Parts: sequence; C-alpha cells; structure tokens
Amino acid sequence: MISIRDVSTVFTTAGQTFTAVDAVSLEIPRGSIQGIIGFSGAGKSTLLRNINLLERPTSGSVVVDGTDLTALGDEDLRRERHQIGMIFQHFNLLNNRTALQNVELSLKFAGVGKKDRRRRAQEALDIVDLADKASSYPGRLSGGQKQRVAIARALATEPKVLLCDEPTSAVDPRTTASVLQYLSDINAQLGITTVIVTHEMNVIKAVADNVAVMEDGALVEQFDLADLSRPGFSPATQIGRYLISDDITLERRPRVQQKEATLV
Amino acid sequence: MSNVSVAGALPANGATAFDLNRVAELLPEIAVALGQTFAMLLVAIPLAVLAGTPLGIWLYSMSPVGLKPRPKLHRVVDALVNTMRSFPFLILLIAIIPITRFIVGTTIGTAAVIVPLTINAIPYFARFVEQNLTQLGGGVVEAARAMGATRGQIVRDVLLVEAKPALIGSITIMTVSFISYSAMAGLVGGGGIGDFAIRYGYYRYETGVMFLAIILMIVLVQSVQIGGTRLARRFDKRR
Repeated sequence: MISIRDVSTVFTTAGQTFTAVDAVSLEIPRGSIQGIIGFSGAGKSTLLRNINLLERPTSGSVVVDGTDLTALGDEDLRRERHQIGMIFQHFNLLNNRTALQNVELSLKFAGVGKKDRRRRAQEALDIVDLADKASSYPGRLSGGQKQRVAIARALATEPKVLLCDEPTSAVDPRTTASVLQYLSDINAQLGITTVIVTHEMNVIKAVADNVAVMEDGALVEQFDLADLSRPGFSPATQIGRYLISDDITLERRPRVQQKEATLV
Repeated sequence: MSNVSVAGALPANGATAFDLNRVAELLPEIAVALGQTFAMLLVAIPLAVLAGTPLGIWLYSMSPVGLKPRPKLHRVVDALVNTMRSFPFLILLIAIIPITRFIVGTTIGTAAVIVPLTINAIPYFARFVEQNLTQLGGGVVEAARAMGATRGQIVRDVLLVEAKPALIGSITIMTVSFISYSAMAGLVGGGGIGDFAIRYGYYRYETGVMFLAIILMIVLVQSVQIGGTRLARRFDKRR
C-alpha cells in the first residue's frame, strides 16, 4: 500500500546540512498497522511527513496505492492528500471552530458539497463516539476527546491511509489506551492502512502489526510484532532491545556520605 | 470656521474655570467636531482593514516561514511598508498633498485628512495582520496542508478564522491610535474633536473647554476599547 523507496531528507540551515532521513526503504502492507519507533531526533516524524510529502524527500520515491507521490505536481499532490488522513501529537484543531466544523473542514477541502459535509461529519464524529460533542469548541474538550475529533476529521474523507504522528504523546496513559482502541477498531472495521510514529514501545506493542526502528535517520531494523511473543526472539540491534524493554535503567551511584556539619 | 463668531464671547480674563454657559455656546461646534472625528474613523479604519488585510496576508505568505516563501520579493515589500510607517504623521499629511488632491479633489477639510489617515493606517494594519497570522503557529497550517487544502483555503478557512479575535483586538488598537492621529487634522482644516481641543484649549487658553473635549476623547477611547475587547472575547473560543 505504501512503498517508501530509498528516501532521504536533508535539511540545510545556515550552510549546515543535516540528514534527517537517511536512505530509508519500507514496504507497508495494505490494511496493516505499521509502527515507527525511535528516540527524539531519530527522523521518524520526518519519515512520516515524507509519506504525504508535507516534507518533500530530497531523494527517493514514495508510492501510495500505486501512485508515485514524489512524481506529482502541487495540484495533483493536493488531491492525493484527500486520500491520506493525518493526526498529530498536539491535535492541531481549529480553536475557533466547533468539533463538527473542524471535521467538516477536511470534507470542504476535499470538495464535498455543503449538505453532504454536515451529514458525513456527523457520521465521522459518531465513529469516535463524540456525536454529543458536535457543537463543542476544542477548548471545552479533554485531550483524548480532541484527539478523537482529530481522528474523525482525518476519517471523514474516507482515506486509504491514516498517518499518526505521536498520537498519544500528549495524553495520559488511560486516554492513550482509549485513543489506540479507536485507531485499532477503525483499522479493523474500515481497513485503513495506518502508520503510527511514537517513542513509546507499549503503544507499538498494543496496536501495531509491524515495527520499524529508526536511529540517526536510518531504519536500523524491522520486525513483526508477533515475533515478540516467540520464545528466544530478540531484536538484532541494541536500540531495538532497549526499546522493547520498557524499563528505565540507570546506573545508580552509591550515595556520598555527607558529614553532619555540612548538612546544617 | 466659526472661530471668528465666538471670539467675541471669549471672557476677558481668559477664563480657566469650567463655565457651563460657555460650554452651551460651543455645543453645536462640539457636535460638528465629534461628527468629523467619526467621519475620519469610519472611513479610514474600514478602508485600512480592507486594504491592509490582503497586504498583511501577502507579507505573511511570502515571508520565509509563509505558505509560499518568496524571500527576495518579500524583502522589497517589507522595506516599502517600513518606509511608509517611518513618516511622522504630520509630515505624511503634507507630503502627500498632491495625492490627496488627486483622490478627493481638495487639500483642506475632513475629506482631505481621511486620505493621509488611510494611507498611514494601511501598512500599520498590514503589520498587525502579518504578526497575528505568524503567531498562530504552524500546527493548524500543517493540518490543513495534510488535508489537501489550497493556499486560499488555508488563508480563508484556517488562518483568518483562528486569527479573528486577535484581528479584532488589532482593529481596536488601531482605532484608538487614529483617534489621536486625527487630532492633527486641524493642520489642514480637517476639524474633529482633537483639533477642537487644540484650538480652544491650547491656542486660546480656554482650559475648561479643553478639558471637556479631552473628556469626550477619553469616553470615545474607552468605548472603542471596551467594545473591541468584548467583541474579541466573544469570538475567542480558546477557553
């Protein structure tokens, strides 16, 4: 469904070049949930933005459902984006529009007529169980509710692909579970190919079919989540092993014995 | 002007006290002055908003962080806007007299002041628009781009909607500033309440009359500010 072929993205600022994505190739099967994990600055968000060309790759190509997006002009690319929904860490809803109006916006941009817009936006809100919040402004919604409105907004145009950029990084653990449940249900019921970028392995474990591990812009390994439950399986790279163990490991040094007098 | 007709009524000692009879005498003139001030604001501010908004959107869009960066062209227009804004209003008023004559056919009176007021207000408001749009942050624009919005849709359906409360606030600030600028209208016989205060209070030492005029200006500024703040708050749905 999504073919990322030898994609590199190089940023140039003030004469300095920085390779955010370094010759990454990745095949994402139709209907699957692909996780992309890595630490901050690993290039995973840039790679996600390469898929809908919010960030145009410096080299390589991106093919979504048979269409080479990197070969398209601005106008054709804009149209293709109606087939690619996206949600963000900070939701990126319009504060001065209601939940329903936010969802309607993606339909408007996709060229859906006014009457259909309202109906389809309501349906989309219904999918995320927020029909009763249609006339609420985002300022009145919780983080989880905002992300669900954003999911409804992304789904309303019935896209083939849903890109999720750190979708649960700004919400608490219980809300994380709820948001992931919706993403999982939507994937199962609508068959939308989903890509989730995160730095949290438990998000990947909960929802993904496959995971790609990124470090310093490169894709260092990928494996099937089913492998994790196979006895004796261990990720090939150190970063992969580190990420699947949720533990935070520190080197705790012995405490320095303070003299009584210095404590006063 | 009616200066001549009231000259005879000027108290011999140049009364500084608040004389009700004197105020009653001048009421018609005060009414005319207020009307002139309103005329200046009601023409100049809407025109500035109408012309300054597209200019501000343009400045935002073409800036290096904008929707369609064109840094070189942006630098030229940016410098032009700064040049316009550098003129002290009084000097602008005189400098553009040929333009004023061309546009309104006269160089004196209220109509003649409206031209420099508007010309001064356009780049002033454009800066407000540019600033307000820039400060929205990239999040909503990125979301709109991901949704396949055209640049026009991003401006109309996203940026202007999100910036509306800030823009109302900016119009309020501009209106208050231009109540003050309009006081310089007297230089070309434009009238207005500020000019009234200068003519009676400053030139003729009628402190009481000046106070009255200033009180009227305070009331005007307060009403504009309170009204503007309320309106901005009503459109602001962030909380």
